[in-house]
Amino acid sequence: MKRFGPMFRKEFVQMRRDRLTLGIMVGIPVIQLLLFGFAIQTDVRNIPTVVLDQSRTPESRDVIAAFQNTGNFRIVGQVNGRPELDAALARGVAQAGIVVPEDYPRELARGTTATIQVIVDASDPLSSQAALAAAAGVAQIRNLAILSAAAGHRTLPVEVRVRPRYNPGLRSPNYIVPGLVGVILTITMVLVTSMAIVRERERGTLEQLIVTPITRTELMLGKIAPYVGVGLVQMTTVLLLGRFVFDVPLTGNVPLLYGIALLFVVASLALGLFVSTLVRTQQQAMQASFFFVLPNILLSGFMFPRQAMPVVFQWLGALLPLTHFLQVLRGILLKGVGIAELWPQVGILAVFAAGLIVLAVRRFHKTLD
Amino acid sequence: MTPAALAVQTRHLTRRFGAITAVRDLTLDIAQGEVFGLLGPNGSGKTTTIRMLCGLLEPSAGTAAIAGVEVTEAPDQIKERIGYMSQRFGLYEDLTVAENLDFYGGIYGLERAGRRGRIAEVVAFLGLDRRLGQLAGTLSGGWKQRLALACALMHRPAVLFLDEPTAGVDPAARRGFWRTIHALAREGTTIIVTTHYMDEAEQCGRLAMMSQGHLIALGTPAEVVAQVGGGGRSLEDAFVILQERDERRP
Ligand SMILES: Nc1ncnc2c1ncn2[C@@H]1O[C@H](COP(=O)(O)OP(=O)(O)OP(=O)(O)O)[C@@H](O)[C@H]1O
Ligand SMILES: [Mg+2]
Repeated sequence: MKRFGPMFRKEFVQMRRDRLTLGIMVGIPVIQLLLFGFAIQTDVRNIPTVVLDQSRTPESRDVIAAFQNTGNFRIVGQVNGRPELDAALARGVAQAGIVVPEDYPRELARGTTATIQVIVDASDPLSSQAALAAAAGVAQIRNLAILSAAAGHRTLPVEVRVRPRYNPGLRSPNYIVPGLVGVILTITMVLVTSMAIVRERERGTLEQLIVTPITRTELMLGKIAPYVGVGLVQMTTVLLLGRFVFDVPLTGNVPLLYGIALLFVVASLALGLFVSTLVRTQQQAMQASFFFVLPNILLSGFMFPRQAMPVVFQWLGALLPLTHFLQVLRGILLKGVGIAELWPQVGILAVFAAGLIVLAVRRFHKTLD
Repeated sequence: MTPAALAVQTRHLTRRFGAITAVRDLTLDIAQGEVFGLLGPNGSGKTTTIRMLCGLLEPSAGTAAIAGVEVTEAPDQIKERIGYMSQRFGLYEDLTVAENLDFYGGIYGLERAGRRGRIAEVVAFLGLDRRLGQLAGTLSGGWKQRLALACALMHRPAVLFLDEPTAGVDPAARRGFWRTIHALAREGTTIIVTTHYMDEAEQCGRLAMMSQGHLIALGTPAEVVAQVGGGGRSLEDAFVILQERDERRP
């Protein structure tokens, strides 16, 4: 391994001199974090809502206020008649409509079932689900109040108390930011090393390099080593921004997190190198990396829960190092768990890192064809 | 001559790229300390031959050996013994002259102290001292060639392959470069060099002329001229006549 040092130094100097790439590697985490952190809000509040109040009584105003008080519905206007309500939904002015029929107070007084309609634009399932849940909640609370009053109960017979652990405020940044650390590392680490070999091939420097006695392993390890540092700097940037811009807590064993991140970074870099041995041009390398990013975002559990996926996709997701690293990130940062709980993930990431390096070294030949 | 005394030995060396045969049935013996020229028009297979000798391309058929060691059998052992200057400038343009030298010194396995001494030697030998801090990409053609040669000499190779080392270099710099080549040969380095310049070909001890991938003439410059009947013809005349004769063949 005596040629690892010179190779590492050369790559490091080249990396430092390539201001554009270096800027991108530092800029990407910041931009991505701000984009994802602010734009992705999975807890949907303030759905713009129009009201069709056909009864115009104190009772109807009372129930409309109850909807508004949930915080999920923001009344943006009154409409006169169904066609107008449909138009508001169609144009996107509102995503929900509340219809209180004319005979609502009468049915209520008579003790028959009074009906309120909530019409939801379900083209966006995330916000419509929140609306549906809130509407059901409003109905249930009203029903309970009326029924228990009729039955002479002062208190409720059963109460279910839900306590959200680990993220009590149900804040999405707490969930998104740790995930982003993994996603950003995946994107930049794979992209940067997928160029490594082809760039030398395209510039004509590979030919001169491979007539030397450098071994394939020395070459490959020397190429990825400087970027391990970059990866850890990126991770620190995201964590600090998450802490101070989005108030994401950094509970748990942070040194342990860095130790495991090292494995993940090496696995990602080795994967990029492997890509680099498969493609012939830098452009192909770029395309291959972007092609690889999508399944990482969709299948790793970063945005969509894996339990909800068909088994095949869960298996595919398990083939991505990111899937396992996300469990580590969320485990340490949100739940504060330690190595006792995380050793399976550590084992898997170590296997990925070692396996991918071996694969990249095997694929690479010190010849021109 | 025993095979071990031969710096380079090829037997029926052949390389095909799909339908085209870039090098066909090439058999050569090059002795230690020779300055051996490879001549031939564009696409005649000079670069492909050198790449096979350096272990950069696998032969489709035939064998090649450096100092008696089969190239395909022990590619890494071969790489310790050869120096190579590729036709296209192959050093790092975003590194300085000193950084390129240091890198190649390290890659050729020289330890820190020995490396420093060796770098000082090649720098003095090739007159690179005033360029050390300059980025390689900003060097002019002649200086790039010197730097490339310096890097290829770092480990004192026994056999040096130079693929068009003086293409695009001004006449004075070319002359200087050839003085260097002769100096290396006097020290016992075997040199295999390709060129399109006849004045350079004249300076080779022996020449191999290639056309369409195969050998059309082999010998000293005088012997090659004699092959077309001599008669006051120049080496360039001989080169053109032999090439046209070969291309007219069915
Ligand atoms: N990697 C490759 N794939 C396909 N064909 C190739 C490849 N490398 C070389 N060739 C072909 O092999 C033939 C010989 O090429 P080579 O580069 O050895 O010629 P050359 O004598 O060095 O030419 P020049 O004087 O232009 O450098 C040419 O027809 C060339 O197109
Ligand atoms: Mg050539």
